[in-house]
Amino acid sequence: MKNALGSVDTVLVFGGLSEIGLAIVRRLVRGGARRVVLAVRGGEAPVIDGAEVHVVGFDAARPETHGAVVDEAVRLVGDLDVVISAFGVLGTQREYDADPVAAAESIAVNLGGHVSAGLFAARRLREQGHGTLVMLSSVAGVRVRRANFVYGAGKAGLDGFAQGLGDSLHGTGARVLVVRPGFVRGRMTAGMSPAPMSTTPGAVADAVVAGLRSGAELVWVPGGLRVLFTAMRSLPRALWRRLPR
Amino acid sequence: MTFLTGWARTAPTPATVARPRTTAGLAALVAGAPARGLVARGLGRSYGDAAQNAGGLVVDCTALTSWSLDVGTGVGTGVGTDVGAVTAGAGVSMHELMTALVPRGWFVPVSPGTRQVTVGGAIAADVHGKNHRRDSSFGAHLRSLTLVTADGATRVLRPGDPLFWATVGGMGLTGVIAEATFACLPVETSRMRVDIERTRDLDETLEVMAATGDRYSVAWIDLMARGRSVLTRGDHATRDDLPGIADPLAFAPVTRLTAPPWAPNGLLNPLTVRAFNEAWYRRARPAHGLIQGLGPFFHPLDSIKGWNRLYGSRGFVQYQFVVPDGAEETLRRIVDRLSADGVPSFLGVLKRLGPGTPGPLSFPMPGWTLALDVPAGRRGLAGLLRMFDGWVAEAGGRVYLAKDSRLPGGMMAAMYPRLGEWRAVRAEADPDNVFRSDLARRLDL
Repeated sequence: MKNALGSVDTVLVFGGLSEIGLAIVRRLVRGGARRVVLAVRGGEAPVIDGAEVHVVGFDAARPETHGAVVDEAVRLVGDLDVVISAFGVLGTQREYDADPVAAAESIAVNLGGHVSAGLFAARRLREQGHGTLVMLSSVAGVRVRRANFVYGAGKAGLDGFAQGLGDSLHGTGARVLVVRPGFVRGRMTAGMSPAPMSTTPGAVADAVVAGLRSGAELVWVPGGLRVLFTAMRSLPRALWRRLPR
Repeated sequence: MTFLTGWARTAPTPATVARPRTTAGLAALVAGAPARGLVARGLGRSYGDAAQNAGGLVVDCTALTSWSLDVGTGVGTGVGTDVGAVTAGAGVSMHELMTALVPRGWFVPVSPGTRQVTVGGAIAADVHGKNHRRDSSFGAHLRSLTLVTADGATRVLRPGDPLFWATVGGMGLTGVIAEATFACLPVETSRMRVDIERTRDLDETLEVMAATGDRYSVAWIDLMARGRSVLTRGDHATRDDLPGIADPLAFAPVTRLTAPPWAPNGLLNPLTVRAFNEAWYRRARPAHGLIQGLGPFFHPLDSIKGWNRLYGSRGFVQYQFVVPDGAEETLRRIVDRLSADGVPSFLGVLKRLGPGTPGPLSFPMPGWTLALDVPAGRRGLAGLLRMFDGWVAEAGGRVYLAKDSRLPGGMMAAMYPRLGEWRAVRAEADPDNVFRSDLARRLDL
């Protein structure tokens, strides 16, 4: 249960090896969380000091299995106080142009995977009458850019889905926190040159933890992106398409 | 679904609320408990999440209000005085009891800091009052209780039954209390004879309190000024104390003020709280043999309806702990730390506690208990209180579950060493965890 000062007991992470997901988990554990379920496709489970960690198998591209992952997490740790939907794939637009099937598959993960995992998690949160689903959107989805419009389209869909889900949960005790980071310098973006107002997994995690504590519905990381994108959204199309990246 | 919080207005969760009017109606609700279980609720004066059950059922017991007074003459007590016992439904409040009993010459055996608690809540939290050193907690005066258990049965329990003691202080997790019978205290008047004095700091407060032999004593302690206190002590006034008063048992408590429905977060900040504490300290005129009403002596905050709203929408945290006799150093460390950090704590309440009851989860133990309120939005509060938890547990003390809204679950076993014993009794009485609350989930009870 989330306590009076915003600490939680249990966390489930879809995409449990994601840098941002783990950074959030480590902060929640420092704040008092005791039981963690990492839903991962494979790989070495990380050690998280101070918490009981469970690892369960998870394939974002197989939505029919996502309900069982939620059930298993509940069996392992009880009520889910925080569920983090942190997985995703990032390809270049050039690759997607060359391989439309890969592009469609990336959307199946970046959007479809979050839709099924998110709906299954939301069903559980609604039943238990509390809990927050953290959905990692991106500024890439706020206004889709020509430089990465397949990735951006997935994030745009995800962002809309997450907001709608949050509204549908209103009044149930469960909620959705939509996170819109800018360019995150990390493993996923290694080798790419950072965009202006870039951020780090740690900074994103700090903002998420603060948002969980205050009960926010939307956080931008860094916070200044909110102002920037308010302006960007009203930029004329002719200018927008000329943006270099 | 209705969103519920405790008195401190933090961490709301939704539940279905049902309000049975009879024990049979209550038993039917328990027998048909939903998958998320149920927990009883009275007047919502526990500060945290003890009477909340996210996604489940909350049984509002405030309609179980029948009661009767049974007076005998010294039966089996070896003394010549009258003995009285009240049998009351779980939803009867201390306010209702006092209003009815005092004019007849009786008082409740233990009165917490507010009259707005129910008999059921008083048992579930095994409440204590300003007379704990001498008279122990509410559970010590209980003769029997009627409990609706997980199987839907209605059982009458007496001291000696393990389930009786698991229920006293058991936070509603062994069943729903329907009714209870407890001994009452004969009084000659509805007034108190009170001594008031001021102390300069915590050490002087402890010294004076340790030496007092009065039935009731309490210190209102200024935690922003190294523990200087206003100490009040007293006992029920006798008829001889009130010469010339026509109706010495008249009792009609009044609510003087009502807090506004909305207050901004941050209204209670270090500046305003310091000023209030200063005024409280200066206003207290030392007195000897002062005659006071029951309300001002026992329940000063009851005269301000809805005072909890003054903390704004973010609510507050009440931290109440006890440390055993001999662990005064821990108390000193905590008071010094609060004072040094300038934590905006409204008047703390310091009391001496005496022998506890056999309830494995009952809070009181012989020692010192301090209760303090802090706005929930205070930066660094979580870490500070976690540090205090560690000091308190190390000293052999504990925090009070009826006030708690943030204790880490991992601290329970250290603070309540008989937790395992309680769990065993509970597991037998409620193998499927029908009785559940947000507090139970948070603390893995």
